Amino acid sequence: MSATDDRAAADGATATGGDKAATGTTLVKRGLAEMLKGGVIMDVVTPEQARIAEDAGAVSVMALERVPSDIRAHGGVSRMSDPEMIQRVQAAVSIPVMAKARIGHFAEAQILQALGVDYVDESEVLTPADEAHHINKWAFTVPFVCGATNLGEALRRISEGACMIRSKGEAGTGNIVEAVRHLREIVGDMRRIEAAGDEAELFAFAKRLRAPLPLVQEIASTGWLPVPMFCAGGIATPADASLVMQLGAEAAFVGSGIFKSSDPPKMAAAIVEAVTHYRDPDILAKISSGLGDAMAGLETATLAVKMAERGW
Amino acid sequence: MKPRVGVLALQGGFAAHAAILHSLGARVDEIRKPQQLASIDALVIPGGESTTMSMLLERSGLLGPLSERLEAGMGVLGTCAGMILLAAEVVDGRPDQHCLGLVDIAVRRNAYGTQIESFEADIAVDGLDAPFHAVFIRAPAVERVGAGVDVLARHGDRPVLCRSGPATVAAFHPELSNDTRLHTRFLAGL
Repeated sequence: MSATDDRAAADGATATGGDKAATGTTLVKRGLAEMLKGGVIMDVVTPEQARIAEDAGAVSVMALERVPSDIRAHGGVSRMSDPEMIQRVQAAVSIPVMAKARIGHFAEAQILQALGVDYVDESEVLTPADEAHHINKWAFTVPFVCGATNLGEALRRISEGACMIRSKGEAGTGNIVEAVRHLREIVGDMRRIEAAGDEAELFAFAKRLRAPLPLVQEIASTGWLPVPMFCAGGIATPADASLVMQLGAEAAFVGSGIFKSSDPPKMAAAIVEAVTHYRDPDILAKISSGLGDAMAGLETATLAVKMAERGW
Repeated sequence: MKPRVGVLALQGGFAAHAAILHSLGARVDEIRKPQQLASIDALVIPGGESTTMSMLLERSGLLGPLSERLEAGMGVLGTCAGMILLAAEVVDGRPDQHCLGLVDIAVRRNAYGTQIESFEADIAVDGLDAPFHAVFIRAPAVERVGAGVDVLARHGDRPVLCRSGPATVAAFHPELSNDTRLHTRFLAGL
């Protein structure tokens, strides 16, 4: 079955009863991402952390066994979380629950879909399972988010069926520099495509970015990705959240930044407010005060593993 | 005079509403702070996470002033989470979740299940000639309709579009399906 067939199947009616309701369509999948905009998605490793995240105003939680900074410290192969842990998180909160599958590991994604998670993150934070192929995301009812370091990568993921893009940053470092690089890369190229003089320039962009031409043409006419673009990887303070939102991110994923800070409930609530009021320095000054210590950061030049380099 | 419509922009799908209202000729303000309420004639409360919006309404100081404007009869359109916030009663919400109580309905959060159960379907809407294509995302369901509330559309047996005085609430997302008829009707009613 080709990806086009899968896409057609995804957009066809999956009849439920007599109401001609269609589930798993592109509109429905992208729709949930639309509703998460302006919000914070927090990594949690226990139901208790999930409740802290929900109490602080998270729009969603990412259930995983170890936050990225611990994955780094622990080493070895990092896989999908234990389904039992994911179900305990689902039982603990009423907000959407996401979970991560390894790049290319469609069997893990099938299991996550069977668990009824609300979004699957095909994530470079876990050890990749396939060095050439990402998951065919059109074949699923559950929507997928994927990371990207540049516009070409983002468009390749969208062509595979991703319904939300997050700039990758460098997870588990508490260092915002990579997130900023990736956001500027993606947004800058969108701006250049929008300003293209003629169709021939779009052909050249598609070639240079290794991206499907129709998606490049769509950006030329709309000025933006066809799916929401969020930011991940390195957000550790309310100011970081404000920075990435001002650079064009439409919501924030915060991993280690919350539960590796000295006062997680307070940091979580402050980052939630920072994403809402990201253009208001007076409010940001207030909510940034007295939060205790942010997570300890890592200089990216010293890293043994750069997670952002995973993905093709 | 073009109406000046506020779109509550604490979190959620506010940008899509703003774009449609703008395309229909309204002046649009994003609302995040109490002092921004003074200049608007009407309000849209978008979809998103109702628990998050409820907390941010409180922390931003908007809750009280917004309630006052709504009780004074300002026109309001609430979609999905907006429906939940405007309802009199929320089932399966958080205990600390605020209800603005403008529409006498009881609404159950996430009534259809997780995202896998989210769907799109055509619905018949009172006063519209052709069906409206409605997108339901982890949608709420209306479980009780009080006196003075008109049900304008149903999906199956469930009311999905209701009106009570100046307030209109939808369990679905008219801002996502490229159909401006409900926004047009909202603006015409101001």
